Amino acid sequence: MKTTKQADAVEELYREEIMDHYQNPRNFGHMDGADVSYHDYNPVCGDEVTVQLKMENGTVKEAVFTGKGCAISQAAASMLTEQIHGKSVKAVVTMTQNDMLETIKINPGPVRIKCVLLALRAVQKGIVQYEANRANLAKPFSEKGLSKN
Amino acid sequence: MLNAERIREDFPILKRKVYGKPLVYLDNAATTQKPRQVIQAMNDYYETYNSNVHRAVHRLSQEATEAYDEAHEKVASFIAAKGMEEVAFTKNTTESINVLAGSLSRQLQKNDEIVLTQMEHHSNIVPWQQAAKRAGAKLRFLEIDGNGELKLQQLRETIGKKTKIVAFTHVSNVLGTINPAREIIAAAKEIGALTVVDAAQSVPHMPVSVKELGCDFMAFSAHKMLGPTGVGVLYGKEELLEKIEPVIYGGDMISEVSFEDAKWNELPWKFEAGTPNMAGAVGLAAAVDYLQKVGMENVHQHEKILTRKAMERLKQIEDLTIYGPEAGKRGGLVAFNVNGVHTHDVSAILDAEGIAVRGGHHCTMPLARLLGIPGTTRASFYLYNTNEEIDKLADALEMVTAKMNKPAMTTTQGKAAK
Ligand SMILES: Cc1ncc(COP(=O)(O)O)c(C=O)c1O
Repeated sequence: MKTTKQADAVEELYREEIMDHYQNPRNFGHMDGADVSYHDYNPVCGDEVTVQLKMENGTVKEAVFTGKGCAISQAAASMLTEQIHGKSVKAVVTMTQNDMLETIKINPGPVRIKCVLLALRAVQKGIVQYEANRANLAKPFSEKGLSKN
Repeated sequence: MLNAERIREDFPILKRKVYGKPLVYLDNAATTQKPRQVIQAMNDYYETYNSNVHRAVHRLSQEATEAYDEAHEKVASFIAAKGMEEVAFTKNTTESINVLAGSLSRQLQKNDEIVLTQMEHHSNIVPWQQAAKRAGAKLRFLEIDGNGELKLQQLRETIGKKTKIVAFTHVSNVLGTINPAREIIAAAKEIGALTVVDAAQSVPHMPVSVKELGCDFMAFSAHKMLGPTGVGVLYGKEELLEKIEPVIYGGDMISEVSFEDAKWNELPWKFEAGTPNMAGAVGLAAAVDYLQKVGMENVHQHEKILTRKAMERLKQIEDLTIYGPEAGKRGGLVAFNVNGVHTHDVSAILDAEGIAVRGGHHCTMPLARLLGIPGTTRASFYLYNTNEEIDKLADALEMVTAKMNKPAMTTTQGKAAK
């Protein structure tokens, strides 16, 4: 009885799909000519990801990542790159913690929720930055802040 | 070796199961568990004589004041201080060091130097960084060698004419290194610098005498020595505590107040502004009683045996790197990395076995950076830990590599010391 219980705790957190994504990450690597490139880092535990996206008509055409860190953070990044493929900017930036938990299907607890969210936050920050730059480029010259001085 | 089974009877929490497995608590450097005697003393305080200290003549306040004062006396005698005038209670080690840094920074001048070591906890770095900034002083760091020991040959180059304060940890909370406190203090004294010992990891685990060490100030926390959270100790030599200024002002710490000014209360109350943590002090006193009954030398020897065993077993595990010196030179803790596996994953796998260890940078980010690692997994021991628990730790660690093994392509972490 005791063995099943303790095994459960590990098996749940490191269920097969998570381990598969950790050991064989999807979309792992760098991309040339990415529209979005964002590096994020959790200094507390040292988890790192860099996500890169290629955008087309307001949707994610391609998503890749590199990183290092715990199995949960890296598996989450791998699963996320699959999930956002083909999604609209709006759909991606409005993704929530719950959406991510539904994807990864584990209960990480209050400490490791940061690992689960690292890649999602990186993608969202990257897209917001990209959109802001585009909006800025689209503005007439005089509004770009160049006329300030 | 201590009769740990007997001792464990005193700790209600150690009967707990985690995921159906007996709790193996190996996170004692973070905080220790509390024996019934401590919990009971605090309950008694609240149930029978709770009241504010030092201010009222009613019966309850007299009893509370007596117990509160006695707690200071007990702590003073525990570390061989002269008496309660040399022991002020704070919130924790961190607050004690902040009070010192805040107060001593007023005596610092431009280009004065504060010497720390590369293995300090954030709580013995950040307050001094701020003190240095305020005064225009500089920080210097005693370096560590490949074994995680201080390079003593550099002692007298680092501590020099400009050094005004030398603050260092007695025992490292990551490397486990027991630093040669007497030698460091002697070097500081030669040039007239003040010495501050961060004893958060030494006073709970080994006999420590401020008289023998000859340090000027010392800081430690009750919660790391079987006592409650929310009480810390600031020790200082009487003549120095008399001289330096308090940094927290208000009730209790004054002797006389006018609309314009105030005179400070006598020691140690000058450093205890406001209503203190009275139940906490009572709990700390009970913890000191408990430790004294067991004997600090016995605690130290017990941990030595556990540490030696842990290091022997862990060294057998493939792909496991241990940080810090050999067993004979360290306190009761072992920090390590299973190469290629993040410390979160190591901790989680141990957790599923009921084993509580800590992963991360342990509030020593500069040290982690120096070692070139994001963090470590740390097992830290105390008087209630047993040889069987060390075996459980090692057995569980043997499973980690098998479970987490991943292809070389993404195994970028875990490259140990440069
Ligand atoms: C060496 C050392 N110094 C200082 C501290 C800080 O102690 P506290 O958090 O009780 O203030 C710790 C505890 O983590 C420690 O290990």
